[in-house]
Amino acid sequence: MDLLSGELEVEKHVKYILSIEKKKDSFESVAMEHLRMNGAYWGLTTLDLLGKIETVDQDEVISWVMQCQHESGGFAGNVGHDPHILYTLSAVQVLALFDKLDVLDVDKLSDCILWLNFMEKNAATFSPCLLDRKLDICGLQNEDGSFSGDIWGEVDTRFSYIAICCLSLLHRLDKINTEKAVEYIVSCQNLDGGFGCTPGGESHAGQIFCCVSALAITGSLYHIDKDLLGWWLCERQLKSGGLNGRPEKLPDVCYSWWVLTSLILIDRVHWIDKVKLARFILDCQDKENGGISDRPDDAVDVFHTYFGVAGLSLLEYPGLKAIDPAHALPVDVINKIFFDRK
Amino acid sequence: MSSDEEEEKRIPISERKEWLDVKPIPQDEGPNPVVPIAYTDDFRETMDYFRAVYLSDERSPRSLDLTTEVIHLNPGNYTVWHFRRLVLESLGVNLHDELNFIESIAKVNSKNYQIWHHRRWAAEKLGTEVAKLEHDFTKKILSLDAKNYHAWSHRQWVLQALGGWEDELDYCQKLLEEDIFNNSAWNQRYFVVTRSPILGGLEAMRESEVKYTVEAIVSNPENESPWRYLRGLYKGDMSSFVQDPEISSMFLNVLKTKSNFVFALGLLLDLVCHGFELNEEFKDAIEPLRSSYPDPPESNFAIIICSVLETIDPLRSNYWSWRKTNVTS
Repeated sequence: MDLLSGELEVEKHVKYILSIEKKKDSFESVAMEHLRMNGAYWGLTTLDLLGKIETVDQDEVISWVMQCQHESGGFAGNVGHDPHILYTLSAVQVLALFDKLDVLDVDKLSDCILWLNFMEKNAATFSPCLLDRKLDICGLQNEDGSFSGDIWGEVDTRFSYIAICCLSLLHRLDKINTEKAVEYIVSCQNLDGGFGCTPGGESHAGQIFCCVSALAITGSLYHIDKDLLGWWLCERQLKSGGLNGRPEKLPDVCYSWWVLTSLILIDRVHWIDKVKLARFILDCQDKENGGISDRPDDAVDVFHTYFGVAGLSLLEYPGLKAIDPAHALPVDVINKIFFDRK
Repeated sequence: MSSDEEEEKRIPISERKEWLDVKPIPQDEGPNPVVPIAYTDDFRETMDYFRAVYLSDERSPRSLDLTTEVIHLNPGNYTVWHFRRLVLESLGVNLHDELNFIESIAKVNSKNYQIWHHRRWAAEKLGTEVAKLEHDFTKKILSLDAKNYHAWSHRQWVLQALGGWEDELDYCQKLLEEDIFNNSAWNQRYFVVTRSPILGGLEAMRESEVKYTVEAIVSNPENESPWRYLRGLYKGDMSSFVQDPEISSMFLNVLKTKSNFVFALGLLLDLVCHGFELNEEFKDAIEPLRSSYPDPPESNFAIIICSVLETIDPLRSNYWSWRKTNVTS
């Protein structure tokens, strides 16, 4: 990797990310506004990996994040929107970046995460007024305080991951029946060793990341046939060095994240050609204005900029902070959460 | 109405008489918004009225129309879809109309999670009578992008919840005829063969499926999907896999062409490790693929295969060299 050192346009990427926040009038316009919380997570994590998180005003960001929190505890994608589990994880991750998880009412939030996961499955049966009421209304909570395993039935494995990752960051994994959660994830495993979104669904690198990370967080990686999955994952590398997410699909920088994290978590990352992958990611940079795109010469966006930089971090590119593949946060942030508990 | 037409003729909501009694509620961004949001004027106005009906929980026909407008402007907004479902339920709207509406949106936004979630909600309410309709719908979406992950998920859900298995294998067949490299269609084929209540299960289907798969492999040996599918067909029964003469002749067929044989050698390696015996014909086919001849000569063919793979598949040379260390003599 040393060979390629100096090719990452650190300053330009920092400038590009900061410019997104400044160009408010054109910020990917309407399409992004409901998922601004995800955008904040992508941008800020990238800055942190580049060692430049101090270039943003921490208090401003945190105050905006907290404005997106609902009475129920969950977070919305933006001020004035409804809470959703997708944005709740991003909000928790952003707070973690700034070592501010202590501003949260952790018990309330973790109950809400379970409830939002349930909502995802049963969205039509709840009226908006329920959003602000207590969790026990929907009868999920059993008398002994535990949660019924039903919330894991037929949930897309993305949501399994989000809930598990979020609860792990909040030290509240004990709130769920992890055995049930793991059982469901394992039922989505295919013969090629990969995972789909539901049992029988096609293996897809994004879903594999969710499943492998959730299994890693819950200490259940022994359910995976690592050699079989590792081989499928390393078959995702194409001659260009880039990775695709399914057979016969085009390479895309985002799979540097989904595939690499999975390979690292199952100790098989040495099965791909890391230098060629780094080369591919570096070739997707906009060398003039910063930012990274899905493939060389395409338009850049904050999503791919994050996945490109995070991918390079996983490849141990010189000068970047290390990132935890399961929780998708810098390792020093994770260490603080798990090893320096106050 | 298409969204283009709508943009051309759009009358501001504040000028429509049916909305005169409603006071729009602007987005509360706090006194000093950290991240003021950029909206187009149309979008801002529509959202302001939407906020008004949402907060007063007005479940009326005009609210329904308004959600239609918002969805045209931004189909990714979770809250709007959620509220639309409540309105549809309260008004007792015929959900067949809703299916048509979703179709019009899905044709331009086929990768939006909310749309598929909504579609499933409507189909679930309508029940088995819409199984065929749902299959036709996913067919339409898949005709635009045969690998659309959402469409396949929905299709699998419909099969399991509402039925319609009868034509599914034929459908897979058709898609594979169009594109034999379509991994989604291969996955669906496996889904049907293993889960269809009418086909009799994997074992009953194995013979004909192996025949089909072998043909697909021989015509395109560089295609990863049928190789994986073939392994699936012999799940839990390696001894049949090792002994099947059809598999043997498939290998020879591919190896003798001396091109695109990476997947063939990969599977052959696995079978050799499970007791597959290489006869002289096999050895003669593998011999010319070698590029190095170690001294002293290597006689273990599993190791020879690994060496060939290390050379011809350099991206994964570490994988193949690891396989080599695992070969037991």
